Amino acid sequence: MEKKWFVTASPHIADQESIPKIMYGVVISLIPAMLGAIYFFGPHAGWVMLVAVASAVATEAIIEKLMKKPITVRDGSAVVTGILLAMNVPAEVPWWIPLIGSAFAIAIGKIPFGGLGYNPMNPALLGRAFLLASWPTHMTIFKTRPLEWITHHPGLAQFLSKLSLYTPDPTGKFSLSGIDVITTATPLNVFKQQKDAILRFADDPSMTEKVKTAHEAISQLYDSYGNLFWGKIGGCIGETSVFLLLIGAIYLIYKRYIRLRIPLSYIGTVAILSWIFGGVDGLFSGDPLFHVLAGGLMLGAFYMATDMVTSPVTSAGGYIFGIGCGIITVLIRLIGGYPEGVSYSILLMNLTVPLIDRYTKPKTFGKVKNK
Amino acid sequence: MRLKRLTFKGGVHPPERKELSEEQAIEALPLPSYVVIPLQQHLGAPAEPIVAVGDMVRTGDKICEAKGFVSVPSHASISGKVKAIEKRPHPVAGEALAIVIESDGKDEMSPNIGPVANYLALDVEEMKKKIQQAGLAGMGGAAFPTHVKLSPPANKPIDTFILNGAECEPYLTADHRLMLEHPNEILEGVRIIMKILGCKNGYIAIEKNKPDAIAVFQKLVNEAGDNLRVVALNVKYPQGAEKQLIKAITNRKVPAGGLPMDVGCLVHNVGTAKAVYEAVALNKPLYERVVTVSGRGIRQPKNLRVRIGTPFQNLIDFCGGLSDDTVKIINGGPMMGIAQYTLEVPVTKGTSGILALTSSETRIAEPQPCIRCGRCVEVCPMNLLPNTLARLVEYKRFDEARELGVLDCIECGSCAFVCPSKIRHVHHIKFGKLEVTKMMKAKAA
Ligand code: SF4
Ligand code: SF4
Repeated sequence: MEKKWFVTASPHIADQESIPKIMYGVVISLIPAMLGAIYFFGPHAGWVMLVAVASAVATEAIIEKLMKKPITVRDGSAVVTGILLAMNVPAEVPWWIPLIGSAFAIAIGKIPFGGLGYNPMNPALLGRAFLLASWPTHMTIFKTRPLEWITHHPGLAQFLSKLSLYTPDPTGKFSLSGIDVITTATPLNVFKQQKDAILRFADDPSMTEKVKTAHEAISQLYDSYGNLFWGKIGGCIGETSVFLLLIGAIYLIYKRYIRLRIPLSYIGTVAILSWIFGGVDGLFSGDPLFHVLAGGLMLGAFYMATDMVTSPVTSAGGYIFGIGCGIITVLIRLIGGYPEGVSYSILLMNLTVPLIDRYTKPKTFGKVKNK
Repeated sequence: MRLKRLTFKGGVHPPERKELSEEQAIEALPLPSYVVIPLQQHLGAPAEPIVAVGDMVRTGDKICEAKGFVSVPSHASISGKVKAIEKRPHPVAGEALAIVIESDGKDEMSPNIGPVANYLALDVEEMKKKIQQAGLAGMGGAAFPTHVKLSPPANKPIDTFILNGAECEPYLTADHRLMLEHPNEILEGVRIIMKILGCKNGYIAIEKNKPDAIAVFQKLVNEAGDNLRVVALNVKYPQGAEKQLIKAITNRKVPAGGLPMDVGCLVHNVGTAKAVYEAVALNKPLYERVVTVSGRGIRQPKNLRVRIGTPFQNLIDFCGGLSDDTVKIINGGPMMGIAQYTLEVPVTKGTSGILALTSSETRIAEPQPCIRCGRCVEVCPMNLLPNTLARLVEYKRFDEARELGVLDCIECGSCAFVCPSKIRHVHHIKFGKLEVTKMMKAKAA
């Protein structure tokens, strides 16, 4: 009868959080953006996400089974990796792209380091980087314009327009005939080409004029900040609608699964730097709002830079990390070889986390400096 | 000095669960048939027995003598016959030498006990001696000998005394009841302590979740016109930890590795203050204390006045026994208390509560890998990196753990409380402290 009590160390009570709760909280926060992706890009986007999640979970389970280790897929972290990977590829990629991407993310980016908690870099972003390096064409061509898929389904188009979720587009704004390069591009892509052109033809005023005309066309492409905000633009599956991403982010902040310090310092840095250096008419002529709303910044800042495992644990460290991500993102966008810099900047900053943590250790209560 | 930010940085808000027992007036537990009085119930050197098996003792008779300055004697808590002096289960030390007394059922009092005329006029040294002789050790949990705390070195004058009525541990209500039922004795204890210290500022610190206790003391202090102030503290764990309490009230920071006296402060718990009064004014040694018996595993939670040395089993039986789904028995509060493997362990001077927790209210989860969520870092009231400390100890990298301040941890458990991975920080850190101390001693030698 005696000795039936558990004798473990204090404390003997704990709050209700657990790893699965946090991970499925992240999944829940991504639901609006996932539904939005299907709405903007069509059912194929749904399949891409499904394949990515299935591949991530299966890869983790199979490897752990082969290594005779406990199967950890129930903690939900592989599901999160799968969704985030899918959100970082264009909507029209062939099905094997998410399959390989997720498998790579788990098999190379997570398990070899010891699984959840030990991976130095965000697995989903690592998977995406691998895809981008291996199949650049698949990863950079954005065939589908948002909502275009609906035009192929007249019944659905009618139904959705009744719900005021869809307006048939008489102006043909989404076709933009004549400017081929734009029709298949994301706003950031076009921005990049335009900026490059301006630099290249800097001595030729006539070319500069042409490029400026093209710039008008870009603004037509996304039409207004509103379209950038709501998501009516080309881009990767999960990155287009700032609005839907913010809904999820608010949920995450409310649940205290993420802290504002990383997204705020990240987005703030991008805004300030792109305002100062991002313009074609000298310093302080950039368009910070465009840079903040376009591309993967929102997705990256709220969902990937905040990844607990790969970001600093200290508060000061969070700010440094965010600012670092911001600087690298702007560097890549403005002078690097890619139109988008969010993934690489986060991956690079991931590597600095141990250092940041070490140097931002808070001062012990009552500790005097020189001791 | 303004009293505005009456709290500290970090900390957590565990469920209080004080409603289980806070309405229960203190009841006296019937005399046990035997008591087990450990020689060590305080921090410092264990006491030495001065009775032999077969001796008859009366309640309040000294049965073991202090050994050295940082040590206190203990007294018989019932009258009867010394049955054995042997190793017995101990709520903190696992097993330790104890004096077992079999009750004769008479509860005959030691003739030394009785009121002292004009005790406030006693010489300070005389008061301290009485306090030491009464066997007083801090009753809030750590059980540091009271007279030692009251004897700061001459170069560390104390100007501020704080009565700790925070009782920030969940479930525990013994101090709360004491404050409601014995406020005058407690205040008298405070006056004695302040006289001993010769200090001017006195604070009575109570968490806001005990408004009735705050009101009682406010009224008494107003009437007496003492140089005392009642301070209502924000409810947050570990508000009652000495360093956090001092910071909240005086805005002074006890230096890392230092003691409250380094910033001119001294903190005593309400139970200790009452015991100081009884020791000085009534010559009454510390042979009984109030214990909260609570938790969902206890059928009728109560606050009991209990003779030191009474086995846990007696208290639990008196409270209606355990429910079937009880999985853990704890000596102390749920945040810092110690899990017990047997109900034979006795109540000691430091036992503030006995909790029986059911599986629904306690945590028995396998630790998962740290996901670096930073929650532990955010709540640590000492500004440590609990996740890193736990890992360093696990990897036996004690040198680094020492550099990162493992010795500064107050073992409050806030980190483990919030950890989604259920990492046992306190377990690791306690072990790390032992190893680091060993290492430092080896180096010094
Ligand atoms: S709370 Fe637990 S999981 Fe989170 S950082 Fe601390 S130790 Fe790691
Ligand atoms: S490290 Fe120590 S002081 Fe900090 S929260 Fe954990 S137990 Fe409390």
